Amino acid sequence: MISNGLRPLAAAAGWVATGWVATGAALANQYNLQEPQSIIAREIYDLHTLIMWIIVVIFVVVFGAMTWSIIKHRKSVGHKAEQFHENTTVEIVWTIIPFFILIGIAYPATKTVLAMKDTSSPDITIKATGYQWKWGYDYLQDGISFYSTLATPRDQIDGGNDAARSANPNYLLEVDNPVVVPVGKKVRIITTANDVIHAWWVPALGIKQDAIPGFVRDTWFKADKPGTYRGQCAELCGKDHGFMPIVVEAVAPEQYAAWVADQKKRMAATAVDPAKQWTLDELKAHGAKVYAGNCVACHQATGMGLPKVFPALSGSTIVNGPKDAQVQLVLNGKPGTAMAPFKHLTDADIAAVITYTRNNWANKVGDAVAPADVKALRK
Amino acid sequence: MEAAHAHHGHGHDAHGHHYGGIMRWITTTNHKDIGTLYLWFALTMFFVGGVLALALRAELFQPGLQFWSPEFFNQLTTMHGLIMVFGAIMPAFVGFANWQVPLMIGAPDMAFARMNNWSFWLLPVGGTLLVASFFVPGGATAAGWTIYAPLSTQMGPGMDLAIFALHIMGASSIMGSINIITTILNMRAPGMTMMKMPLFVWTWLITAYLLIAVMPVLAGAVTMLLTDRHFGTHFFNAAGGGDPVLFQHIFWFFGHPEVYIMILPGFGIVSQVVPTFARKPLFGYSSMVYATASIAILSFIVWAHHMFTVGMPASAQLFFMYATMLIAVPTGVKVFNWIATMWKGAMTFETPMLFACGFIFVFSMGGFTGLVLAITPVDIQLQDTYYVVAHFHYVLVAGSLFSLFAGAYYWLPKWIGRMYDETLGKWHFWLSMIFFNVTFFPMHFTGLAGLPRRVPDYNLQFADFNMISTVGAFGFGVAQLIFVYVLVKAIRGEGKKVDEKVWEGADGLEWTLPSPPPYHSFETPPVVK
Repeated sequence: MISNGLRPLAAAAGWVATGWVATGAALANQYNLQEPQSIIAREIYDLHTLIMWIIVVIFVVVFGAMTWSIIKHRKSVGHKAEQFHENTTVEIVWTIIPFFILIGIAYPATKTVLAMKDTSSPDITIKATGYQWKWGYDYLQDGISFYSTLATPRDQIDGGNDAARSANPNYLLEVDNPVVVPVGKKVRIITTANDVIHAWWVPALGIKQDAIPGFVRDTWFKADKPGTYRGQCAELCGKDHGFMPIVVEAVAPEQYAAWVADQKKRMAATAVDPAKQWTLDELKAHGAKVYAGNCVACHQATGMGLPKVFPALSGSTIVNGPKDAQVQLVLNGKPGTAMAPFKHLTDADIAAVITYTRNNWANKVGDAVAPADVKALRK
Repeated sequence: MEAAHAHHGHGHDAHGHHYGGIMRWITTTNHKDIGTLYLWFALTMFFVGGVLALALRAELFQPGLQFWSPEFFNQLTTMHGLIMVFGAIMPAFVGFANWQVPLMIGAPDMAFARMNNWSFWLLPVGGTLLVASFFVPGGATAAGWTIYAPLSTQMGPGMDLAIFALHIMGASSIMGSINIITTILNMRAPGMTMMKMPLFVWTWLITAYLLIAVMPVLAGAVTMLLTDRHFGTHFFNAAGGGDPVLFQHIFWFFGHPEVYIMILPGFGIVSQVVPTFARKPLFGYSSMVYATASIAILSFIVWAHHMFTVGMPASAQLFFMYATMLIAVPTGVKVFNWIATMWKGAMTFETPMLFACGFIFVFSMGGFTGLVLAITPVDIQLQDTYYVVAHFHYVLVAGSLFSLFAGAYYWLPKWIGRMYDETLGKWHFWLSMIFFNVTFFPMHFTGLAGLPRRVPDYNLQFADFNMISTVGAFGFGVAQLIFVYVLVKAIRGEGKKVDEKVWEGADGLEWTLPSPPPYHSFETPPVVK
């Protein structure tokens, strides 16, 4: 029986050997948590290491006993079965000892939980808003706002340009506008979302917080040293969940101050006068940009959507119908579908993107929606 | 399993009419027939769910999108989870309960034989709805098997089909559980006190109570989802005064007991198999019973450990962390008892014992990572990463599935009266064991390094480990075909005939019956000393 059992084992061992040769290529990979770059991340790293060592010891003791038994206490080596089936002392011992081990783990873990939860007295506060599928950031003290979307070109993802993908160390982990923070300062992150639940996660900073539509949550980090720290949305949020990364750039305080000044200038330069009168062509040109930033993921550059999943805009009865209805749909979304409310966009942005859709592809409505029209329909 | 019927001959004539062919299976009220139906259904769904898993592993073989669009990839992960949990693992354990509970307690059949038929025949309806949802506009639901609102309120009609399927399968589970509880509490042979019941019966009794407690909770959650989707309610919509996190609380109040529903009967099977092949009584029988009950009770107060990142107060995080850590104590007791049962036995390693030993070893690894994930700060780092994927596949595949295989090889000769092909059984075990680890062990590393789960594409640093996982997954899938071949071969009568005891160390009422047992067994109750 045993030798019969060993034959498949020997054959299987061959498979394992083949497997581990293939694994040789993987040795360059990382086997542990990312290098911690904040106090909390370091505490998490140390907790994990502590538990791993405890587990290793338990593993060796328990499976050492099991392996010993499997080797020595088999019928084929002539071992006779004893018939004991109870021992109260042993059972009490192996119930009590794990209990004390757990207390040993719980003590440092509790300290870290309390430290992670302490979001008091931050130096700066940034609101991170999850959208399908990008992040929006608002620096609450400085009034800076921007969106942060995936910067990896589509042709690297869809396979048109495999060579560029292979040469891109930040594939899927790069954005157009990173979050810039000063090192050594306590940064409080407030999370919320516009449509579904997302999660703001930067592993090296030891920070992960769900972003929940209609609710506000907070967490914090303090970057130890300058660097670029990359993370991703961690909560399944629809089709492009895997394509909305987070990039945090920690810089020296002077550099941070310069960046803030730059951003303020940029915001002032791009701020649109609410009283501005737009021509049809201006609206269409601006609308194309808004469309590329907000709509293209679902409705596609062709305006054709994705069959049976996301409706086409080209030839759509809504887009070719009364403009007020379309404005309201864009402002409030369509509950029960993936069409989220876009109230967070400015009047001008919404007016422009609607004008663009009504005068593009197969749509030839020919009218322009003015920002004032949008403003009138906001509740 | 036809053999079980063939043996029967004259017994049923006393009960009047009896159908042959397909109508026999549709109208059957016999616990053995219904057990067989459950097991074939579960095996079918296991392969359906497996094909979905291989389809998503194929996409993850390399970085970049090669085969599927991201939305279809999400449908694959979602339906793989739903089908494996509700179509494969749960029905398989109910199949074992149907076959074995009456045989092990000396009852002639299940308490409610007609309801038993109905509980089973609901399942193909639910299973069909799940599979059919791929073909409706928009495809199957892509919101993950956890169907978190409000993402699930965005889905197309595929989500509605999944909701109906969950309702139907939940009703089936509840009826099955009522049947199992009633049978165990009322139909035990004279002399079989509760504390003399085989451990498989004990674990199923406790599991059935868990099912009755939590399946209605799931039904409530998906009903609220349905009314949010179609009837203008706002349970999970903040704009209407609802709360998306409420869905997670309700879901996991069902979901955490659910994971024990999928493992406790497996503990029961292993507790039958290990003593048989160690030729030694189970060590610490009563502590095994108490440990099972403790795990079941604790399962109701740990649900929010699935939600450490939603942003709950520190006091809640600490409570759920401590409660979760406590589960390690009774689970440890179980593992120690199994090893103490092996200790100083006279072990042989036929296929059921190999799967049981494999279970103890690999399930414990899932238990260790469970302890890592119980620690709130570490969990916050690892939540929704591949580390979690590795963890729950170690407890669900190496745990639940391996225990099901142990049970199948252990009782199959009893059911059909013939031995399976032992050499092929061993091949099945070793290939499953190796490819399982090749598939899932690297996921610990990718998860630690920061790969989120449920993504169709990833950064190049994760490429090598993902390639290994995909190779392992296909190997694991092919290895399962051996199991089908072994089953078919044995059922066609190609193995040698077995006596009633089948295994040298077997102990229990089912081993006092001929192999295969007569169609109606224990019509006169046996007496247990």
